[in-house]
Amino acid sequence: MSAGRYHPGDRVRVREAFPPGHVRTPYFVRGCAGEVQECAGAYPNPEELAYGRDGKPDIPLYRVSFLQSEVWHGYDGPGADTIVIDIYEHWLEPAQ
Amino acid sequence: MSHDHTHDHDHDHDDAHPYQPDIEDFPFSERMVMTQAVAELIIEKGICSADELRAQIELMDSREPGLGAKLVAKTWVDPDYKARVLEDVAAAAAEIGIDIGEIPIKAIENTDDVHNVVVCTLCSCYPRMLIGLPPDWYKSRAYRSRTVKEPRKVLEEFGTHIADDVEVRVHDSTADLRYIVLPARPKGTEGWDEAKLAELITRDSMVGVTPAKSPEDI
Repeated sequence: MSAGRYHPGDRVRVREAFPPGHVRTPYFVRGCAGEVQECAGAYPNPEELAYGRDGKPDIPLYRVSFLQSEVWHGYDGPGADTIVIDIYEHWLEPAQ
Repeated sequence: MSHDHTHDHDHDHDDAHPYQPDIEDFPFSERMVMTQAVAELIIEKGICSADELRAQIELMDSREPGLGAKLVAKTWVDPDYKARVLEDVAAAAAEIGIDIGEIPIKAIENTDDVHNVVVCTLCSCYPRMLIGLPPDWYKSRAYRSRTVKEPRKVLEEFGTHIADDVEVRVHDSTADLRYIVLPARPKGTEGWDEAKLAELITRDSMVGVTPAKSPEDI
């Protein structure tokens, strides 16, 4: 499935934003760069659904992989360890 | 202990019986009030009936790890089926008579090179329709916060050691997808049928905090 602007292998960065309200993007990954694994379809925006609105239009959702050593300073494990997080398109911007 | 009432009842019962509190003996929290109020409103407004609400709870409570184990066991004996599971869990589960409902579930495969473990840092997202309700530890703040940051240490606490040349891949299900891990088929199970293989596939192995059981474990 590939509904959105990013494709598998694309480098993306999570927006370093801290809006109030219901947000699904984990705090610890904001500002981090990773690689798109796949687009997992498009879904109503949970930031709108949380307040009783319809969440339309649907927003593409990506599975984005990050190196643990780049997410956590002093990560205690091999450099190849990763974390894959589901992130909506409006939280991503292109990275080098 | 059985209580034989053929004896004279001249003693009192103040001291002997252990007492198990009823649900109503715990404080009735604001969230419990809210849950009950929402349920009553849903019924009053005719969005669904009391029986439909009850049936949904019954459906959720009927889900258990045996369903996921059946699906995983089939992937172990049928590579084409495994490919279909990795492509579309809902369709592959339907093939063996399991309806996973509308919430998408994605299967992730453990291999010689990658060990997967699932967490929901925000709450308790879990592939309930395939393996039932999550255990309390899955919902605990400790599991949710530590699994993303020090997964190998958490896995060690579950008795699972992952070699340094194997990538530990954590999946944080923060959005619309739920994840089920396909554990690797243990050695020494050649020739086993699906039903026997399914006995090796535990809830925890499908969350990724352990491998599947070994033949010597059963």
